[in-house]
Amino acid sequence: MQFHSPDTIEQAIELLDESRGINRILAGGTDVLVQLRLKLATPDLIVDIKHIDGMRDIRAENGGFRIGAAVSGAEMEEHAALKSLWPGVVEAMALVGSTQVQGRATLTGNLCNASPAADSVPAMVAAQAVATIVGPKGARTCPVLDIPAGPGQTTLQKAEIITSIYLPARPQNSGDAYLRFIPRTEMDIAVSAAGVSLTLDGNDVVTDAKVALGAVAPTVLSLDGVAETLIGTKLDADTLAKLQSTCAAACKPIDDRRGTIAFRTKTAGVLAKRAALIAYIRAGGTK
Amino acid sequence: MSKIHVTTSINGDSVEYLCEPDESLLDVLRNHVGLTGAKEGCSTGDCGACSVTLDGRLVCSCLVLGAEAEGREITTIEGMADGDALHPLQRHILEGAALQCGICTPGILIAAKALLEKNPDPSEVEVRYWLAGNLCRCTGYDKIIRAVLNAAAEMRGA
Amino acid sequence: MIMALDQAKKDFKVVGNRMTRPDGIDKVTGRALFGADMSAPGMLHAAILRSPHPHARILNIDVTDALALGGVKAVVTAADFAPQKGAFNQDTLDNCMARGVALYDGHAVAAIAASSPKIAQKALELLKVEYEVLPFVMDVDAAMRADAPVLHAGRKYRNLPEDSAPNVSNHCEFGHGDMDAGFAKADRIIERSFKTAATHQGYIEPHACLATIGADGRGDLWTCTQGHYMVRDFCAAFIGMEASQLRVTASEIGGGFGGKTTVFIEPVALALARKSGRPVKLTMSREEVFRATGPTVSSSTDVKIGITNDGRITAGYANLRYQGGAFPNETMMLGAMTAFAAYDLEAVQTIGWNALTNRPKQASYRAPGAPMAIYTVEAVIDELCQELNLDPLAVRLKNAARKGTKASYGPTFDEIGLVATLEAAQKHPHYSAPLGPNQGRGVACGFWFNFGGNASVSLAINSDGTVAVTEGNPDIGGSRASISMMAAEELGIPYDKVRTIVGDTNAIGFSDVTDGSRVTFVVGLATIKAARGAIKILCTRAAKIWGIDADAVIWEDGAAKPSGHNAGEFPPMTLAEIAKVAHKTGGPIAGHYEANTDGAGVSFGVHLVDVEVDPETGATKILRYTVFQDAGKAINPDYVEGQMQGGAVQGIGWALNEEYIYGDDGRLQNPGFLDYRIPVASDLPMIDTVILEIPNPGHPYGVRGVGETGIVPPLAAVANGVSQAANVRLYELPMSPPRILAAIEGAK
Repeated sequence: MQFHSPDTIEQAIELLDESRGINRILAGGTDVLVQLRLKLATPDLIVDIKHIDGMRDIRAENGGFRIGAAVSGAEMEEHAALKSLWPGVVEAMALVGSTQVQGRATLTGNLCNASPAADSVPAMVAAQAVATIVGPKGARTCPVLDIPAGPGQTTLQKAEIITSIYLPARPQNSGDAYLRFIPRTEMDIAVSAAGVSLTLDGNDVVTDAKVALGAVAPTVLSLDGVAETLIGTKLDADTLAKLQSTCAAACKPIDDRRGTIAFRTKTAGVLAKRAALIAYIRAGGTK
Repeated sequence: MSKIHVTTSINGDSVEYLCEPDESLLDVLRNHVGLTGAKEGCSTGDCGACSVTLDGRLVCSCLVLGAEAEGREITTIEGMADGDALHPLQRHILEGAALQCGICTPGILIAAKALLEKNPDPSEVEVRYWLAGNLCRCTGYDKIIRAVLNAAAEMRGA
Repeated sequence: MIMALDQAKKDFKVVGNRMTRPDGIDKVTGRALFGADMSAPGMLHAAILRSPHPHARILNIDVTDALALGGVKAVVTAADFAPQKGAFNQDTLDNCMARGVALYDGHAVAAIAASSPKIAQKALELLKVEYEVLPFVMDVDAAMRADAPVLHAGRKYRNLPEDSAPNVSNHCEFGHGDMDAGFAKADRIIERSFKTAATHQGYIEPHACLATIGADGRGDLWTCTQGHYMVRDFCAAFIGMEASQLRVTASEIGGGFGGKTTVFIEPVALALARKSGRPVKLTMSREEVFRATGPTVSSSTDVKIGITNDGRITAGYANLRYQGGAFPNETMMLGAMTAFAAYDLEAVQTIGWNALTNRPKQASYRAPGAPMAIYTVEAVIDELCQELNLDPLAVRLKNAARKGTKASYGPTFDEIGLVATLEAAQKHPHYSAPLGPNQGRGVACGFWFNFGGNASVSLAINSDGTVAVTEGNPDIGGSRASISMMAAEELGIPYDKVRTIVGDTNAIGFSDVTDGSRVTFVVGLATIKAARGAIKILCTRAAKIWGIDADAVIWEDGAAKPSGHNAGEFPPMTLAEIAKVAHKTGGPIAGHYEANTDGAGVSFGVHLVDVEVDPETGATKILRYTVFQDAGKAINPDYVEGQMQGGAVQGIGWALNEEYIYGDDGRLQNPGFLDYRIPVASDLPMIDTVILEIPNPGHPYGVRGVGETGIVPPLAAVANGVSQAANVRLYELPMSPPRILAAIEGAK
């Protein structure tokens, strides 16, 4: 196995492009090292991207924030302005693993690991986050929603690297939230999850909404139709009940050691309802 | 496959070692540097027994490659006491009977120290969540949480 | 041997204080050496190839390619071990290395020693094993059917009913009284069936050892174990060497809870060391620990209890079916003995069965057999109390075993602490604190025998007045402190003048495994005896110096004093003063004692727990927890509390989330701490403790043993709390959120 720690993105792309075997991009390493240790992957090449300019930065940009691919969850947590703009995304990332894992794990890594249960992904999808990708053919952008292709699979092409994720600016009276269900209070993988982002008008009426569910399908579910039913409401009890049932209806989960189909379906709806209420209050709504 | 030469700082000392590209920092510390205070409980970041700090940031050394330590600063349990003088956390863990078998203790101490450097006055709930990645199977956590809160109070001069 | 309670001993000076443990500094500074922390010059690294099949005949193992890999120094298989005479030894060996048939996913098939861990791992991939995959059985009730796949075809087991199915390996019955008459007296009878999942001790330190066998055939072994004499005796037999030729040193041990009371890797490391002529280090990964060490049994139990309207239990019956993996075991007997041990019953019957399955060989886990048995009884009693609207503590008090009760498992109890423990719980503010919506309070009793057995202690008086105690029981939770405290108490010297160490198998005589909550009791007792032996010599030396009769010298406050008509004649001589001149008065002064005891005192506990259940997700939160337990005498109360707290939390994990999950392919689905979910710090509140001290008549200071009782009540206490909080009762553990939510939805 080869380990490289290039200083430029061009070098990193070249290394990956020339590699004929299995390769892994290393940022926080909290998934890659587990794959190595459990022999889930035996890479021929590891490219550490932490030393490339910009990878460890959180930058304000057009009212939003650009988060470098090697920024850790702990660094996001400590960034007050980011946390204030997108509290749901930050709290979703903060739920990944332990404090120790937070010291290393990254938003981009959580996305690229392509687990259906990745905590940050439903929150990013609800936030309409966009990834910037650089590869042998140049740079492109892609909505976070379109990155996961299935468990452990992404739509990234050979030698492409996500260099940053952009969380956009948002109107006044907006809020987001992310909730997941785990059997313990920490250290588990999400059994079901929901991210919700809302914008209200001056009268507490929802004007824009995004709802995404995690761990209930092979990839994150973005439920635009469901979200639309929130628009024009004040999240009254009927609306919330409908949100819960339509979210549950959209689930296509599996039975496994972490939960059953019935459990995931039921709790995904419950979490969507609860996350919507939190997002509503964060957006300035009163309940 | 060739080994990688790494120059790093461990507990304030400059250290050089050779490691395999896929070798974890934990294995490097234990097998090449002779520091066995960080323990391997799982090697997958689930137990926290291998906790160290890397440039001041709390991490699981089993989830860091030895090669990544180039030019960084590592602190392990062996660097916590100042000569014979125990760190207040070490003293409170010891005097508060907050260990039974002691295998999780180095990791708990490193993690708790990182917490108190960030938040000198944590609540019980904050201590519990901060230490959720440090599994202890002996104590039920009660005396550990109390020891951390007591050490924090002492360090604040409260 | 029974050593009577020293009735006069009430004015303890050292015992009963909260002392700092002698090994503590090493453990908070990272200096303590655990199993994996030792290395040797020229050391090889070993790795074990494990069966991917739950049941498969091993047709051939081709080691050619593996041995041809550079750096590979030795390969061993079952053929490298000596055949054993007794079935118990042969089973233990066959579990360390499959002989002909792999009996579970993870069963060791071959092992390799190589110059680096990486080469050893690579060589595993080069071992070619030809398997004939066989049908398998995982569940206890399925295994007990006549048509189930058979694990050891043709093997005969003793003491079984004639028509037992081929996988039934153990059977027992306990009880007394007329069951029909008992149930006839009942106003209400409830009969329920329960299931509990297999759980793992979950010690944080994986098994690890370092083995050396020299050219002279003499071996040294460093290992993390609960009993190094046990390791020596097994390994010597398996390797085919005499016990005296193998010295075993117990490392610091990173948790065991019963899981390190047998051997898994030690014989393998020794076989590789012998074959390679080099020191061999063998450590398990976490995955190996889950797949191939000894989880506890899973169980399927039918319970029937009759009660009168005013809360008198008239009869209790339990049929307990345990599976403990691929080899026979008697854990079901401990279940059948303990199920009703807390109650004074006229009619009681328990029947125990063990069936073989294609799972790892069970090992002890803290009060083995008892938690799952007592869970079922305590849950049915709770349900009866709910139905009849009776106070659960009052009903338990009404039926509580006390001095003179004929226990359900045979003996008649001496002084026991159940009534006092129940009364303490009843009076505690926790029991009457208000509860909120979706909250419930659970209560349950627990019991454990506590063991006695064999222990050796040697106590040397050093010339500077300090004392060296050597004992033979690995210290798993602070016992060196308790032993030093008892030595200091007896000798009348300060605690810090005593250093207790755990000697290797050549340093001191045989000692049983550290288990059964026996160490503070029996090693303590042996230490007291050894100290009294030394005191006798100290008094003799003082008498010699004074020129008086030895019988005329007494030992008081750490000094020899003339007594009787010599009283006041000479100034007292302290231990240090006598020790200093020992070389002139007859030579070194020491005491020793080799104990073989049966005076262990049983202990009871009562747990109170408040839980809250989220009705929309089935998640259970532990809000408040109080443990009441009889310690007999708490030598070092900090560590007594620690045992009570640790046991309670392991029981909480068992009740809510912990379980071995097997796939349809018979392979373990959750061999890691990610999905084998032991409680984390944020899952829990503080665990309050109330220590009761009802002295054990069989120990000079009244010690009972405290390690195990604490894990017994939580299963039922949490289940009883959940039944109140969620308004629905579950009959299966763990009560994981999907199960609770399904039960809530099902009840709608």
